[in-house]
Amino acid sequence: MSALPRAHELGLIGCHVCGQVCRDTQIEDAACPRCGSSLHRRKPYSCVRTWALLIAAFIFYIPANVLPIMRTASLGDVDDNTILSGVIELWVKGSPDLAVIVFTASIVVPMMKFLVISTLLLSALRGTNWARRQRSMLYRLVEFIGYWSMLDVFVVALLTALVQFGFFSQVEPLPGVVYFGLTVILTMLASQSFDPRLIWDCKEDDD
Amino acid sequence: MSTPPAAVEQAQKSMSSTLMICEHCDTVHHRRPLARGEVARCARCNAVLERHQRIGLDAMFALVVTVMVVFIQANVWPIITLGLNGEEIHATLWGIIIMMWKEHSQVVSVLAAATLFFFPLCKMGILGWLLIFGRKGQRAPGFVPLMVVLHYIAPWTMSEVFVLGVLVSIVKAQLYFDVTPNIGAFAYAALALLITIFSGIDLHQLWDKLPAESTS
Repeated sequence: MSALPRAHELGLIGCHVCGQVCRDTQIEDAACPRCGSSLHRRKPYSCVRTWALLIAAFIFYIPANVLPIMRTASLGDVDDNTILSGVIELWVKGSPDLAVIVFTASIVVPMMKFLVISTLLLSALRGTNWARRQRSMLYRLVEFIGYWSMLDVFVVALLTALVQFGFFSQVEPLPGVVYFGLTVILTMLASQSFDPRLIWDCKEDDD
Repeated sequence: MSTPPAAVEQAQKSMSSTLMICEHCDTVHHRRPLARGEVARCARCNAVLERHQRIGLDAMFALVVTVMVVFIQANVWPIITLGLNGEEIHATLWGIIIMMWKEHSQVVSVLAAATLFFFPLCKMGILGWLLIFGRKGQRAPGFVPLMVVLHYIAPWTMSEVFVLGVLVSIVKAQLYFDVTPNIGAFAYAALALLITIFSGIDLHQLWDKLPAESTS
């Protein structure tokens, strides 16, 4: 046993919902005495669920980027914007600093989530010792910044409600924004269903 | 779920006050009282285990009430106003939700309603209810299920993202129109600040501060 004992080595389980330290009774569907949630040593089917959600998110991510998310019609001039062209427009005409923020929220963050979560999954499956502290950190980062990707969805919704001049000009949401919203939700669910404890579930030789 | 015998419960409680398990890597740590401003981190994975909680239950309640007042303002007043040829269009949160529903983006409409209205409202309502009793040292009726609900809805409140969305929308719309942020936008900005203060508060402490025997 190393200097830093882990819960299963001491016959303990930490409740995933309320954090209560419980004795591991080895009963199949034990419940937390404090909050009543069922106790698990690890999140059930963590890898399978995370893979499924991540792949689903990636499938939605393709139309989210290819299809336009917003139509701006002004005096007969129709202009369809995808996520990327919206960023470019903001860069060219408006303010480059905001363009950087939008670019980060709607392109860098989702991409990073796909990369990070699949790296975490693959390395957890192989049970490697490689860069475990850094992998933990990456996981926490993804959890923390994940929901900021909703930014673009809210922008489209706001502009739609705001620019409604009927004949003169109008902003309409297009299907891309729906796919993008679903991508964000699915990646959030994927990162929540990944169990970071798996990163540390391997032989302890060099710590 | 079965109630454990008294002895087991006693053992559980003493264990919970002296031990804690890192929820990111399952390492068992000894718990010790933290000094002001101290943060306990996991020695294995460096995740935050516990922060010193400077804010007591009374102050937390005051904060929840403040957030509620600001939240109401943010929802009642228009967020952005667009003026063109003497005509003015106001966008409120519910205006946005309804408009997205009508424009065949029901998914977006439901997402916005849930993450910007219902979940934040539930979160504040539940916290307020728990704290009304918590200040008297009691567990509110329904304490256990409500704490579990709080745990599940916590990641799904996105008001602070919306604030940034308002900012980007104003800049984008300004390319073509005359837009001004309205009271709602400022209320949202205040809300974002309050939420930032809130994010340092660990709600798990309610479990420890309000032990089960104190149920009224």
